[in-house]
Amino acid sequence: MSFLDYFRTKRPTSAAVAKDRLQIIVAHERSHKGQPDYLPALQRDLLAVIRKYVPIDEDQISVSLDKAENCEVLELNVTLTSDSPAAAAMS
Amino acid sequence: MTEIIVVTSGKGGVGKTTTSAAVGTGLALKGHKTVIIDFDVGLRNLDLIMNCERRVVFDFVNVIKGESTLKQALIKDKRVENLYILPASQTRDKDALTVEGVQNILDELKTEFDYIVCDSPAGIEKGAIIAMYFADRAIVVTNPEISSVRDSDRILGILHSKTLRAEQGREPVQENLLLTRYDPERVEKGEMLSVQDVEEILAIPLLGVIPESKAVLRASNQGIPIIHDAESDAGQAYEDAVRRFLGENVEHRFLSAVKKGFFSRMFGGRQ
Repeated sequence: MSFLDYFRTKRPTSAAVAKDRLQIIVAHERSHKGQPDYLPALQRDLLAVIRKYVPIDEDQISVSLDKAENCEVLELNVTLTSDSPAAAAMS
Repeated sequence: MTEIIVVTSGKGGVGKTTTSAAVGTGLALKGHKTVIIDFDVGLRNLDLIMNCERRVVFDFVNVIKGESTLKQALIKDKRVENLYILPASQTRDKDALTVEGVQNILDELKTEFDYIVCDSPAGIEKGAIIAMYFADRAIVVTNPEISSVRDSDRILGILHSKTLRAEQGREPVQENLLLTRYDPERVEKGEMLSVQDVEEILAIPLLGVIPESKAVLRASNQGIPIIHDAESDAGQAYEDAVRRFLGENVEHRFLSAVKKGFFSRMFGGRQ
């Protein structure tokens, strides 16, 4: 890359960077909208209980609350990787 | 039929009180009997912007507690017929505002006024929640700046879930975006989010764009709602916004930078 290329390459403007960052964070926060405040705490507690038996990372567990017609479903997802002892024992 | 309007934003310092004063005054100037209520208990400022700080005797909380009547607390604007202000109290007691208390006051105001403008405090605490709770329409004041846009999005979420209309499953609060402190010159340089960017992210109808203007501080210094300054760009932009609010179709102005002539570039233009 020649010295002059540095001046030719168009870097995104700061406004474009701001817009990208905003779109990501707003989409993320909207996906959590309407979720009860206790969910993060519940997730932490569940993580601690599961860890008593299986070593898992924080990103291997997710808790969400979905609303269907007239009932609410609390969904708990625990992903066990192939190298975790439980998954190894099952195979 | 009385309409309750909340002026809200989440973030502080973006122009809620300036907007409440301008829009309330604008509505009254168009012949609608209007009252502006300051919901910022403990940090009232609408009285200063409306130049009635020395006429405050009783306030919102006094009325809620039954220490004064609503008539005693309402301050009549000296410039505009049909315009009243209900000041917030300076008490530090955060629980002074109650849903029932506010409801009673709004019900009484509804018998007399066409528009009730609720100037919300910043944040998402009790004061802000109560200010929007009874709203029919919301003006979401936003600066073209990331933290303000994000906070506005949060506020929109709360408007969808925590208002009386939402709780009763009625038609939702009608939301409008008011973009303030807009600097077209910086937008053209790519230094500021454009009105299209903000509209795209928040996805609510645009009520108006108020350009960054020295006239706003000049007006607040003197306690004159900016809409009275018909010479200024910001004053005109608020006037346009009020007309749009009332259903008129008014084209947006002040969205592109003014090309500076040779002389103003050499010697600096003054607004």
